[in-house]
Amino acid sequence: MEKTWNNKAWFMVLPVLLLVAFSAVIPLMTVVNYSVQDTFGNNQFFWAGTEWYKQILASERFHEALWRNLLFSFIVLAIEIPLGIVIALAMPRKGWTVSLCLVLMALPLLIPWNVVGTIWQVFGRVDIGLLGHTMEALGFDYNYTQDPLDAWITVVLIDVWHWTSLVALLCYAGLVAIPEAYYQAAQIDGASRWAVFRYIQLPKMNRVLLIAVLLRFMDSFMIYTEPFVVTGGGPGNSTTFLSIDLVKMAIGQFDLGPAAAMSIIYFLIILLFSWIFYTVMTNAGQDRK
Amino acid sequence: MDLSWMAWTWPTALFFVTIALLIASMGVWEYYSPGGGARYGVLRIETTRGDRLFISLLGSAFIHLAWLGLIGPNLWWALAISFAYALCVFRWV
Repeated sequence: MEKTWNNKAWFMVLPVLLLVAFSAVIPLMTVVNYSVQDTFGNNQFFWAGTEWYKQILASERFHEALWRNLLFSFIVLAIEIPLGIVIALAMPRKGWTVSLCLVLMALPLLIPWNVVGTIWQVFGRVDIGLLGHTMEALGFDYNYTQDPLDAWITVVLIDVWHWTSLVALLCYAGLVAIPEAYYQAAQIDGASRWAVFRYIQLPKMNRVLLIAVLLRFMDSFMIYTEPFVVTGGGPGNSTTFLSIDLVKMAIGQFDLGPAAAMSIIYFLIILLFSWIFYTVMTNAGQDRK
Repeated sequence: MDLSWMAWTWPTALFFVTIALLIASMGVWEYYSPGGGARYGVLRIETTRGDRLFISLLGSAFIHLAWLGLIGPNLWWALAISFAYALCVFRWV
């Protein structure tokens, strides 16, 4: 039978479109406008063309912050996604422990970013913090304010502590949605634990994993508050990620033109990566025609 | 309504009007030929006309940035390459 196409339903998305226009499209347009001009405040603008884009593209500072950010996102995704899956697999499926587990897992997600940063700032201090003190007692020369590697480990640990539970909860939602019949069929076939995971659980978690990867990538690529509170982007510039650099440029130096150009390039990179992740994960395992 | 805070310029206004017209023309195209024209192209992924426009625009942005970063500020060639790229995307992706 011929399928009926009725596009009138698209009008239903008009309210969302208006909301997105006010919250995202108009600010984005403004940033584009700023990126081709220079301003000294008081709503006075001077045409600069593509000058700021050229400056940002050639800037060593931008390149370094970009690589730092990509490395950070890669590390946190490489830790959080497998760890989240393992935690979700280990979580109970029935009984009172389910609620307890869900509440405990949700707790880190409820803590505001700056509070997480403050908690870890104290936690990592050698004089009063449990982590810093323990590390020192074990003979490690741990100091996140002096050593770039320690600063990196601390920032990665913060992100893993804060956001792995989101991945675990998403995976758990995917796991509990798998009908029992799949497991029964696997049991009849004598499938191993690995085979059950590889051919039943993992494919069924595909969609939630897509959401987890997208959310975690975008969020880690835009990380600002935790490193700002804990390390302030240092020592040196070792934890100065793109967003920290952007804020320094826009608010610290009031270089609105270059900051706007950097924002647009930053936005395009996020858009590209998100599209790649989305496309790869939505097409994974589908039959090609 | 005072929109001076948005710091509009003619080139940026023209840029956004072009994007808006492209999206509107996709709507008209969809009206006369519904279904999105979904197909599997050279990337071996299913794309609709909207996907192809998105790939064209995103690719064009990177073509312009690459041209600006590697060659120079004269972006007319980058625009020409972007047109050719968009045609290829609409034809084969």
